[in-house]
Amino acid sequence: MNEALIRSLTPSVLAVLVRRGADFAAAEDAVQDALVEAVHGWPADPPRDAKGWLVTVAWRKFLDATRSDAARRRREDRVDEEPAPGPAPAVDDTLQLYFLCAHPSLTPSSAVALTLRAVGGLTTRQIAQAYLVPEATMAQRISRAKRTVSDVRFDQPGDVATVLRVLYLVFNEGYSGDVDLSAEAIRLTRQLAARVDHPEVAGLLALMLLHHARRATRTAPDGSLVPLAEQDRGRWDTASIAEGIEILQAALARDRLGEFQAQAAIAALHADAPTVEETDWVQILEWYDELVRLTDSPVVRLNRAVAVGEADGPRAGLAALAELNDSSPASSSRGHPMPRHTAVAAYLHERDGDLATAARLYAEAAHQAPNLAERDYLTRRAARLNALRRG
Amino acid sequence: MAKYLLLKHYRGAPAAVNDVPMDQWEPEEVSAHVQYMNDFAARLEGTGEFVGGQALAPEGTWVRYDGEGRPPVTDGPFAETKDLIAGWMIIDVDSYERAVELAGELSAAPGAGGKPIHEWLELRPFLGPHPTITECPHQ
Repeated sequence: MNEALIRSLTPSVLAVLVRRGADFAAAEDAVQDALVEAVHGWPADPPRDAKGWLVTVAWRKFLDATRSDAARRRREDRVDEEPAPGPAPAVDDTLQLYFLCAHPSLTPSSAVALTLRAVGGLTTRQIAQAYLVPEATMAQRISRAKRTVSDVRFDQPGDVATVLRVLYLVFNEGYSGDVDLSAEAIRLTRQLAARVDHPEVAGLLALMLLHHARRATRTAPDGSLVPLAEQDRGRWDTASIAEGIEILQAALARDRLGEFQAQAAIAALHADAPTVEETDWVQILEWYDELVRLTDSPVVRLNRAVAVGEADGPRAGLAALAELNDSSPASSSRGHPMPRHTAVAAYLHERDGDLATAARLYAEAAHQAPNLAERDYLTRRAARLNALRRG
Repeated sequence: MAKYLLLKHYRGAPAAVNDVPMDQWEPEEVSAHVQYMNDFAARLEGTGEFVGGQALAPEGTWVRYDGEGRPPVTDGPFAETKDLIAGWMIIDVDSYERAVELAGELSAAPGAGGKPIHEWLELRPFLGPHPTITECPHQ
């Protein structure tokens, strides 16, 4: 049986059951039962309408389970109150599922897990592997999440921004185990973009495509980090870049700017430069100014300081960084330095020719690095400058 | 979604507030302490925040390479000063604040007199995976 087909059908079947009034956890169980039946029955006797078959069988499983359990009487009553299934409604069921899985009552990790399970159709084992936690842990997370949303009724569209945040979290995780989470996030965001007409959905999809296009060149074969300036641009995925830019331009034309579109614009300017020297830092800086206006986050201000350093020289960059230290507690959050603040300072001092300060700051930044690849990169950078200074 | 290691130190950390050796407790106090830890782990399993944990034997050995063809050196003149880690637990939580909250709870396990031992726990973040989008534009 075709796993990709099943995975693509799972969310819409689940969504139909939820719309008909099944609570989330029971609907999920029923869909899983139907899938098991499909696995056994389809090879010998494939249905003409795969989705229709799954909906019918899953609904029957749900009703059986509901009827057989007296304690579930309440739910059964609710099902009885539902209008009989009629012609397909105008609302998109799968879209409803996205909103349910990213419901604000869920913690970020629960929302991510539930989205991958219910919308993405991944198995609990695959999700657990991707996040490097035991399968039992992930199973608990998912079943709690299902319970949390089981009484949520959807009659209004949910919050697109929350869905986008969840998809962005999935994308950033990259990959481990046998699931490529970035590719999965792109697949789900594509589905979402096909269903909801919102410039920020397009913005996020463009951002993902543009970053994904460079992914293979961001690390060397030994896993070490390759900075943007040293990446082999010939190996960037030009089809992905072209698609990202096209989606972004259509979104920008609608004149409803949001942070994902602005971030995608910056990524597009990097992706579009044939050589690192031809990077349009002046325009990038303008986009960072837009981003500061939209979000005013310390991370954005930090990135803006890098752009200032490239557009107007390292001294100007250091001045922008100093401003950041004075104006906000951005340089430290909860007593820890903001990730990469020290790394940016080191980089700007290096470009300004102050190798001693740069080497000291790189070493400090390595100590604060949130992952191994960055720590090793920053350590090597410090070591290289120290070797240069020793002559 | 970040993993943290909780390290319970027996030596090498400042003394707990309620610092009475376990063998001086009432047997019921020992049982209550063990029960608290088990309940804590079970509750984290329920919330989907538990990754793993184990207790360690108190006897450890320091080992060092001592050159080609020679047996490794084991221990040194400093054995009495070495830190001792009694056990560890790994949690996977949504925020640093949640990790601190949980570590604080674990430190409140009851000890002598049924009062919390206020034991010091070391909380260490795991280095995460390299994100697909890094916020630093020159990468």
